[in-house]
Amino acid sequence: MPDETEGLGETVRIYIMGKEYRVPAGLTIMKAMEYAGYRFIRGAGCRGGFCGACATVYRKEGDYKIYTDLACQKTVEDGMYLVQLPFVPANKAIYDIEELKPEPNILLRFYPEIARCVSCNTCTKACPQDIEVMYAIQHALRGEIEKVANMTFDCIQCGLCTIRCPAEIPHYHVFQLARRIYGRYILKPAKHVKERIKEIESGKYDKEMEKLLTLSVEELKKIYENRGRIED
Amino acid sequence: MELIRGYPAYMRESIELVEKTRQRRMKEKYRTLSIEEREELLRKYHPDYKPGTKRPLKIGPSKGMIAPHEVIDLLEAHPHVMPDDINLDEIDIDVDLLIIGGGGAGMTAALWALEEGLKPEDILIVTKLRLGDSNSIMSQGGVQAADRPPDSPVRHFIDIIGGGHFANDRKLVKILTMTAPYMMAWLERLGLMFDKDEEGNMLELWGGGTSIRRMHSCKDYTGMEIVRVLRDEIRNRQVPCLEFTSAVELLTDKEEDRVVGAVLLNMESQQYYVARAKATILATGGFGRIHIQGYPTTNHYGATMDGVVLAYHVGARLRDLDATQYHPTGAAYPEQIVGLLVTEKVRGAGAQVVNRHGEQFVFPLEPRDVEAAAIIRECWERNNGVETPTGMRGVWLDTPMIEELRGKGAFKRMFPAIHKMYSRVGIDPAQDPVLVFPTLHYMNGGIIIDEKAQTTVKGLFAAGETTGGVHGKNRLMGNSILDYLVFGRIAGIHAARFAKHTSPGKPSLRHVIRYEEMLKAAGIETDRKAPVLLPDYRGERVLARRIEIL
Repeated sequence: MPDETEGLGETVRIYIMGKEYRVPAGLTIMKAMEYAGYRFIRGAGCRGGFCGACATVYRKEGDYKIYTDLACQKTVEDGMYLVQLPFVPANKAIYDIEELKPEPNILLRFYPEIARCVSCNTCTKACPQDIEVMYAIQHALRGEIEKVANMTFDCIQCGLCTIRCPAEIPHYHVFQLARRIYGRYILKPAKHVKERIKEIESGKYDKEMEKLLTLSVEELKKIYENRGRIED
Repeated sequence: MELIRGYPAYMRESIELVEKTRQRRMKEKYRTLSIEEREELLRKYHPDYKPGTKRPLKIGPSKGMIAPHEVIDLLEAHPHVMPDDINLDEIDIDVDLLIIGGGGAGMTAALWALEEGLKPEDILIVTKLRLGDSNSIMSQGGVQAADRPPDSPVRHFIDIIGGGHFANDRKLVKILTMTAPYMMAWLERLGLMFDKDEEGNMLELWGGGTSIRRMHSCKDYTGMEIVRVLRDEIRNRQVPCLEFTSAVELLTDKEEDRVVGAVLLNMESQQYYVARAKATILATGGFGRIHIQGYPTTNHYGATMDGVVLAYHVGARLRDLDATQYHPTGAAYPEQIVGLLVTEKVRGAGAQVVNRHGEQFVFPLEPRDVEAAAIIRECWERNNGVETPTGMRGVWLDTPMIEELRGKGAFKRMFPAIHKMYSRVGIDPAQDPVLVFPTLHYMNGGIIIDEKAQTTVKGLFAAGETTGGVHGKNRLMGNSILDYLVFGRIAGIHAARFAKHTSPGKPSLRHVIRYEEMLKAAGIETDRKAPVLLPDYRGERVLARRIEIL
């Protein structure tokens, strides 16, 4: 590569799918690839660590390990060999949430492949969200829906666990099912929400609302300034 | 530069002052500003009031509307396709309902169109990223709904109107606040994991500009939890979705003034498809990625205001695009995360905003525009900010207060996403405060809609951030999720009803010719084309030396 580092300050070498580029130090992997001339269509989503579109696999020179992270969050390091994982093939079970029951065998019924887990923990090592993925699968096997739901709450569904798994488990779909069953059938519905809906339907607020629609801005300003804070 | 737990030594000195004042500040309550004081602060320091940053729109039904140059540039630009470029005789896709945008509004609309009796195969969602990649998924702090005594929809309404500077479309605000509890119940039924107590009561927190605790959350992943549940449901119901496909132009009927579908672009192959639809919903989100005034943004990669541009091409009216939301607390340090969001829920849970001397200078939960203006004043007028190694300035968000107020481990438990973001750059926000500065966050205005989420053009509906009116000149925290839920639902229902009583149209691009004529008549000479679909962040040297062949 020609030397294009003049005036850049500190730079690092990265290898994008094996090809060397020099980029300013301190950029995220995503911004470094853009600096090098890549314009993403796939492989970039929210750019804030919430969507999992930019799952990235890398190795470092002289290090046998495979590392994983999100390109929008991880800072480039000298000697990184990078490849993005723009899509993960993984089958999702189709179900009607209304017809499910929070039974111990339900996760296994929709995803029998979780029984293939060999407890190698590769999924956990691959998780950029630091979720204990392997333990969550073990809880899923035992039908402990609540544990699975809470342990996997931070899952951004990037699929890195799933693509690394020797037992070919679609972890993130299993966890989504567990969370929805937990949210629907194990967490209690809020009584105060139901009661408020009844009040609204009974017309309790209609008169006041209608009045608010017709007031002048000056009158509204007065109401706003005098509404007070309720510190309950 | 040597860093001590993520910060250079000179920033550590200021952190020590923050620590020194913390116990005293815990008991301090900074007073809130009156309406007059707020307005003066905004006039002097809010970016919206900076001279030379806006101009009036020269063409179309909202001619004369003042908006940032970046917005006007996209409206005073050529459409991508002319009638001769497209073969409209071949219809590639023929559906009842076309939904443009795969975020919260688009997915909610699809689910409610099903409830209204459309079959999955009668609907098509198109999205230029993947289903769910959106600003919706990035929302952290929560969603407002007045669903417990002594709160009421009336109080929610008043908070919204005051926050929006009394410029809101009140009919829409009424619908928003009266439907809010219903949408919470809907999410519960879909299996959402709200933060609740053991009895199932919602744990509700403060938000900026609210007069009572009303913020429902799912840790600081509220948007992600809602979007992944909606997406799972869309997949269960098998609603077709084309990813990496954008709408580049709407289609209008040959004779009647109504929208009858869109010209779609497969962004990977560059092939176009003619998609005919009886009803079309724009759910395309906001404009952070056009970087108003050069501000960094919290927004997702595709937030380029496409829906507003498409709607304007067919003659839909717009409003309130003069008002841009800057979130008060974007990350200002370190460089890798500049502009990313630090949720308002951190302040809702009790953290204060303090200057480099460790002193408060504003009530932590003013409405967003007021809070942002106060931070800008503190940094650039009063010189009480902390300068970063790259020359930015910011103030401290005193995150360790959460641990003090709510016990050890509370920060990580309540804010796992923020904790993770800072851990990756070597900072522990449970131990040390984080440096923040306003960041471009939300498009307050947009396409005008009525109570049925119809735009001013027949056959075209819109919901979510692409619309204007609900939030007036300034949106309060927690009302964007609510907006896409309430009006996504309404758009889905009414677009489905409209589609059931409408025959397929005869697609044309005659509105494009009309738009070109307007540009010409206004003397606008430009190479610009819109919508832009994605920003371009390639390195300058690469772009300067590029030969386009493949």
